[in-house]
Amino acid sequence: MGREKVCLKTIKTGEEMLNQLDKIKSEAVVDLEHATDTGALEAWRVKYLGKKSELNQVLRSLASLSIEEKKAIGAAANSLKDYLENIFKAREKAIKEAQIVAAALKETIDVTLPGRRPPAGHLHPIAQTIQEICEIFSSMGFQIVDGPEVELEYYNFDALNIPEGHPARDNMSSFWIDITDESGKRPMLLRTHNTCVSARVLASQKPPIRAVSPGKVYRYEASNATHTPMFHQLDGVAVDRNITMADLKGTLYEFARRFFGENRKVRFRCDFFPFVEPGVEMAIDCAVCHGEGCRLCGNSGYIEILGAGMTHPEVLKKAGLDPEVYQSFAFGMGVERLPMLRYGIDDLRLFFGSDLRFLKQF
Amino acid sequence: MKVSLKWLKEYVDTDLSPAEIANRLTMAGNEVKAIQIIGENWGEKIVIGQIEEVKPHPNADRLRLVRVNLGKEERTVVCGAPNLNVGDKVVFAFTGAELKDGHTGEKVVLKSAKIRGVESAGMICSEMELGISDEHQVIMVLPQDAPVGMTLLEYMGDTILDLDITPNRADCLSVIGIAREVAALTGKVVREPEIKYIEKGSSISEWINIEIFAPDLCPRYSASLIHNVRIKPSPRWMQERLVAAGMRPINNIVDISNYVMLEYGQPLHTFDYDKLRGRKIIVRRAQSGESIVSLDGIERKLTPDMLVIADAERAVAVAGVMGGANSEVTDQTTSILLEAANFNAASIRRTGGLLNIASEARYRFERGISPGLTIPALRRATQLIAELGEGEVARGYLDIYPGQAKSEPIVISSEKVKRFLGVEFSQSEILSSLTSLGFECKVISDTDVEAKVPYWRNDIHVEEDLIEEVARVQGYDKIPVTLLASPIPSRNPDPLLKLKQSVREVLASSGFTEILTFSMVGLDMLKKLSPDMGSVEPPPVRIANPMTADMEYLRTSLRANVLSAFAMNRRFEEGSIRIFEAGKVYLPAGKRQPEERETICGVMGGQLFAGYWQESERMMDFYDAKGTAETVLERLGLSPQFALSHDPGLHPNKQAEIIIDSRKAGIIGEVHPKVLAAFEIEEPVYLIEFDLNCLVSLVSYRKAYQPVPRFPSITRDIAIIIDRNITHQKVKETIQGFPLVEMVEIFDMYMGEQVPPGKKSLAYHIRYRAQDHTLTDEEVNQIQENILQKLNADLGAVLRR
Repeated sequence: MGREKVCLKTIKTGEEMLNQLDKIKSEAVVDLEHATDTGALEAWRVKYLGKKSELNQVLRSLASLSIEEKKAIGAAANSLKDYLENIFKAREKAIKEAQIVAAALKETIDVTLPGRRPPAGHLHPIAQTIQEICEIFSSMGFQIVDGPEVELEYYNFDALNIPEGHPARDNMSSFWIDITDESGKRPMLLRTHNTCVSARVLASQKPPIRAVSPGKVYRYEASNATHTPMFHQLDGVAVDRNITMADLKGTLYEFARRFFGENRKVRFRCDFFPFVEPGVEMAIDCAVCHGEGCRLCGNSGYIEILGAGMTHPEVLKKAGLDPEVYQSFAFGMGVERLPMLRYGIDDLRLFFGSDLRFLKQF
Repeated sequence: MKVSLKWLKEYVDTDLSPAEIANRLTMAGNEVKAIQIIGENWGEKIVIGQIEEVKPHPNADRLRLVRVNLGKEERTVVCGAPNLNVGDKVVFAFTGAELKDGHTGEKVVLKSAKIRGVESAGMICSEMELGISDEHQVIMVLPQDAPVGMTLLEYMGDTILDLDITPNRADCLSVIGIAREVAALTGKVVREPEIKYIEKGSSISEWINIEIFAPDLCPRYSASLIHNVRIKPSPRWMQERLVAAGMRPINNIVDISNYVMLEYGQPLHTFDYDKLRGRKIIVRRAQSGESIVSLDGIERKLTPDMLVIADAERAVAVAGVMGGANSEVTDQTTSILLEAANFNAASIRRTGGLLNIASEARYRFERGISPGLTIPALRRATQLIAELGEGEVARGYLDIYPGQAKSEPIVISSEKVKRFLGVEFSQSEILSSLTSLGFECKVISDTDVEAKVPYWRNDIHVEEDLIEEVARVQGYDKIPVTLLASPIPSRNPDPLLKLKQSVREVLASSGFTEILTFSMVGLDMLKKLSPDMGSVEPPPVRIANPMTADMEYLRTSLRANVLSAFAMNRRFEEGSIRIFEAGKVYLPAGKRQPEERETICGVMGGQLFAGYWQESERMMDFYDAKGTAETVLERLGLSPQFALSHDPGLHPNKQAEIIIDSRKAGIIGEVHPKVLAAFEIEEPVYLIEFDLNCLVSLVSYRKAYQPVPRFPSITRDIAIIIDRNITHQKVKETIQGFPLVEMVEIFDMYMGEQVPPGKKSLAYHIRYRAQDHTLTDEEVNQIQENILQKLNADLGAVLRR
């Protein structure tokens, strides 16, 4: 029967053959739509593109046609073959993709189970704060400097216009080092503020100078919620021929804006520190009451952030700088206060207690 | 310094609210810490009354019916207080008045009530009900001169400003001082008290002679003498002001000296003239062995650097600190020698500190008050003693002033003001600012003004001081906000700080949490760090005045604090603990400042994958610490060597020095079990320590570029059996000595039944690569064979089959 059929078809006319190609095409397209898995697709390929496929028979029977018909039908048959191959490939790709998706859908997990974390530690909140402040001042051209914590009395006091007997020494009760000089005096102490680093910078660098120094300072004060015998300060100094108090305000204002945010009010008021004149205290509006007055800010509406001022001419002279030529400003702030305000920490001792339950919150 | 606003207004007129006065003072440098209002809720419904009649209550034994005259009207109320006397001036509250409950202290509004059948509209108040004190048993009785019908608020109400005076402004430790500030800041003029009194009889110099033997410690000594004084309580207005300022009234003479001190800021002292021997006052240093019984009855041993006021025979006061009992004014005193002196601030501070006496006088003197204050205060107190003590003032006063210095005027230039503040103030603004503060000013050129410092100020020495005065009177708000315009200085960042930051960040990203601990430690803590618990070598730097024994020394190692922190956290944390501290250690350097070395010390212990639900758990060991150290150093671009070391605080066989360029940059190891036991740690803990001062000289952040390989590599494995005591490093170095070996990596180590006793099996991946061609198997086989032969010849290794 098969052979008979072939024989019959071989005598088809060119027009019949073109019709046959159209029929193959329409049947193939319909069939392909039903081929939804790899097996059916393979059967389709054998049926329409295989050696024994109808299309292949058409191609083989071209030999019996006239040259013109051969040309016309050959082109049509080859074009159909390309077409079928293309739709086959597209279908094959679609089925494979569907299989990948189906396989993926079978894989399920509980996404609420905890993640596998690489161990992550935490930098100390004080160190983070210092880093943040230093970045702000660095971007304004300040160099970060360091100095000794066991400091000479000279740099801690005398160089800063705090001579022996000055009442400001009372406010900074000191830990003295048990080493005496030839005259029986104790010349060293744990620095009571970081301003001594600024004094060293003034004495050792040539203007223009811009420097900030973060670090540990020490006061003879028993530990409680608001005092610890060791804490941190950050001190800064700038020197040039034409630095003004307006520059001081601008520098500190910029610091406050970047550290506390855009919408806080900043207050500069007169205050006294022996190493500056005029002296300044900078405060920001209380985050709780926004200047209205509450318990946190002691009803003042403002929270003191730092002390500052124009470097006292005596301090410049002691550092070998001529106050007629150079003008300078200086500022200093307690570091602990800033994270205490920011995070609402109410006990200073937490910073030095090494409790991971506290430290891992930052 | 507490200042009563009522008192303040005697010297300066102001309509400003207390809050606004406080704000201006604060902005100009005298911070008002608190505003306390006396009688805040008294209002119009609490008035002064007089008891007209006291009758028994018809239905109660312990209650009375009291008729009170209130001026315009009379009221009868029921009262149970025991101190009801006809004629007494009392405080009467109408219904609707805001009071405090006499028992609970809670706020209540007074309502009319029927008490045992009698209507009572109003109430006679106790101090507690008025919020004055806790007294609630008796009603408050006012002085006889209290005007009937006046509101209590008008009579007794006041506002107290609590000021924080900066150490440079001792002149503001006085009501007049604050009045001067208020006047300057509000454009008003200060009204100082008018001082007038009559002098009688012979001159003071016939009664007393004053000599200053120590002019360096006593720049000025002024005195007056008042005879026939009557000692009695001071008047109520004076007592009230003293109480408002936080002082206790004693008698008219003591109260006057305190009052004038509060008024002018000049401490005064009064002697019973008749107790002074030899009609002499001598201001001198104490003699060695000398002592004095001070006013508080305590015998004080004096030393020759202390200044005393003496008569011809003995010390009668510790100058500026406390008077002596031997010359104290008592009820029998009739003649008063009044002292207004100026003493050296540092000397008073030292003496007061040594004797441990805190007094209002010391507080002022040690801040350094102006010697110009003695005479005004002396005369004011003399006047008050004459008035209130009914005394007769001897003619004249004595004034010895060896410390008198010519006060030169200071020039302030408007150009300098502008250059300094960054804002221009006109000459008239400069003039008015300074004049308002009491400076006598003279214009000497278009730009310059010469200012003479007022006698009460001793904190003004240079032009910058005057600039501050101008700025604070004009207001700091007038100074604009500008950014630094000068060139940014070019300086390299401190490499040590950068290194410290890098190491800290790597440690934190490796699971370590940073701690910060005190630099001061106890010796016992440092001793615990060595297993023999012996002496600490070298002896750490000691603090001369330690607060406690556990903060007596400067730490020579971070280990003690880090291990303590580990032990403390183990109480709360079951899993892994990784902590570190980055800080200085202080190494003694003889008489010089100790060497401060930046050190980082980390410890780790517990399960590696603590608390994770899928991983098999494993305890941390030496190699976890080593791996952390390697990660840190790799990030710094360093290739360390590790060599077995001999740190006594670490496990004798499980520790290694970190060696870079033949220098010891740190150490890793298991903490010695005895040390762990000393810190009450019951598990192995591994330690990493870096010496940053050493590392900083080794680190180079520059990295050399290596071309990415163009030809493929071949990796072969090799397993050998070798003596146990031969280190991995030796094997690795031997293999690495061969050409084309790119990398050697150990992937297994085995000791046990499968290998002979005393031997171990080591297995390595060896990666080969040539830079110029693709390697062939034959090439690699040959090298691998050569490696085996070399390992066998040098180290006795045999191939494991």
